[in-house]
Amino acid sequence: MTLLPESIELEVVTPERQLVHETVDEVQLPGLRGYLGILPGHAPLISELGVGVLSYRKGNMTRYLSIVHGYAEVLPDRVIVLAAIAERAEEIDVERATRARERAEKRLAGKGADVDWDRATFALQRALVRLQAAARAGTSIPAEEHHAAP
Amino acid sequence: MPTLLDFRRRVRSVRNTQQITRAMKFVAAAKLRRAQERVFAARPYARQILRVMRSAMARVPQPLHPLMVRRDEERLLVLVLSGDKGLCGAFNANIIRRAAEFLHAHREQQVFVIPIGKKVRDALRKRRVSFLEEYINVSQRVEFAQAQEIARQVMDRYCRAEVDAVYVLYNEFKSVLAQRLVVEKLLPIEPERLAEAAEVSDRAETHPPVPAPRTPLAGAVPVDYLYEQPPEEILARVLERHVETQVFRVLLESAAAEHAARMTAMDSATNNAAELIESLTLHMNKVRQATITKEIIEVVSGAAAPTTT
Repeated sequence: MTLLPESIELEVVTPERQLVHETVDEVQLPGLRGYLGILPGHAPLISELGVGVLSYRKGNMTRYLSIVHGYAEVLPDRVIVLAAIAERAEEIDVERATRARERAEKRLAGKGADVDWDRATFALQRALVRLQAAARAGTSIPAEEHHAAP
Repeated sequence: MPTLLDFRRRVRSVRNTQQITRAMKFVAAAKLRRAQERVFAARPYARQILRVMRSAMARVPQPLHPLMVRRDEERLLVLVLSGDKGLCGAFNANIIRRAAEFLHAHREQQVFVIPIGKKVRDALRKRRVSFLEEYINVSQRVEFAQAQEIARQVMDRYCRAEVDAVYVLYNEFKSVLAQRLVVEKLLPIEPERLAEAAEVSDRAETHPPVPAPRTPLAGAVPVDYLYEQPPEEILARVLERHVETQVFRVLLESAAAEHAARMTAMDSATNNAAELIESLTLHMNKVRQATITKEIIEVVSGAAAPTTT
C-alpha cells in the first residue's frame, strides 16, 4: 500500500513564462463548471478551466492568481495548470483593470451594431477576475493574521 | 596617388562605421539574450500542452477533429517568417530564397502565402506573389496574443477547407552561430508526429541553460484520468491551443535567430573594419615615409648641388 502524498507540487505555466513552481498544501481551481478543491492524493483528473481565481495554500499563507482559460492536469502529488493568461494577484494593476472594466461595460451598454459582443464580454470577464483576485489577496492578509493570533 | 590627408579621412570614416557596427552588435546581443530566455520560457507550456493532448487523444477512440482531417494537398498555405530589418547577414536573403524555392517546387499546386516580416513581404511582392494576409513588425515584440491571432486565421481557413495543408518556413534558432532553415507542417495535425515532437522536446529539456530539477512525471506512464469535461471537447480545444503554441514558438525562434544572425554579422563587420583600418594605416605610413624620404633627397641633393659647380 502506498502512502498518500502530503503535499502537492503546483506548476502554473503560461505560454510566456512559468509563473509558479511550488510545493503547496491545497489548490483551488476555477473549473469551467465551478471551483475544484484539490488536496494531496487527488485522483488523476484533467479539467478545462474557465475565467476565475486560482488560489493555493501553503501553511497558513494563501496566494491568489487570476486565470483566464486553460487546463489543469491533476495527479496525486502534482497539479499542472496551463493557462492562456495568468497573473499573480500582487502583479495586477488594479487601476488598469478598473479602467478596463469601465471601458468594457460602456461598450456593452452602448449596444451599437459595431460592438464586438464577444470581445467586450471577454474583456469584462478578464477585468473582473483580475479585480477579484487582487481584492481577495488584499483582504486575505489581515484575515490570516487574525487566524494566527489565538 | 592619394595624399596623407585622404588616408586620414578614410581611416576616420571607417572608424565611425566600426563604432556603429560595434554598438549594433552589443544591442543585438542584449536582444538575443532576452529572446532566448523567452524561447526557453515558452517551452514548459508547449511541453505540457503536448502531454495533455496526447493523453486526451489516447482516450478518444477515433480522434477526428477538423484540424486533423487529411486532404489531398491541392491548395497549400505557407507562412514565411523573416525579419523586419536588414543588417543581419544572409538571414533574410536565405528565407526569401527558400520561399522562392518552395513556390517553385509546388507550382503544380495552388499556394497561398502569408508573409510575416517586412523583408519577405517586400521581396515576394516584387515577384508579384499575392498574399492572403500579411503581418509586419511582429518580431520586435512577440506576444502570445499575436500568435493566437495568426493561428486562428490559419485554422479558420483550414477548417473551412480553403486550404489542404499549412506549412511554416522559418529560421530555427540552433545556436548563436548557426540558424537552420526549416519547413514544418503546421496543419493537419498528425498524431504520429506528435510522439516525435514530444521526444524532441524532452530531449531539448535535458540541456536547457537553467536546468529545472524535475521529479519523474507520472505522465510518462499512461494514467487513467477523470475527465471533468468529455475528452472530445478537451481534445478539440487543446488542439487549437497546440497550434497557437506552435505559431508562438515559431515566432520566438525566428526572432531569436534574427538577433543571433545580426549579432554575428555585426561582429564580423566590426572585425572587417578593424582590418581595413590596419591596412589603411599601413599604407598611410608608407606614403608618409615616402614623402619624408623624398624631401630628404631633395634637401641632400639641393645641398650637394653648389659644390659640383
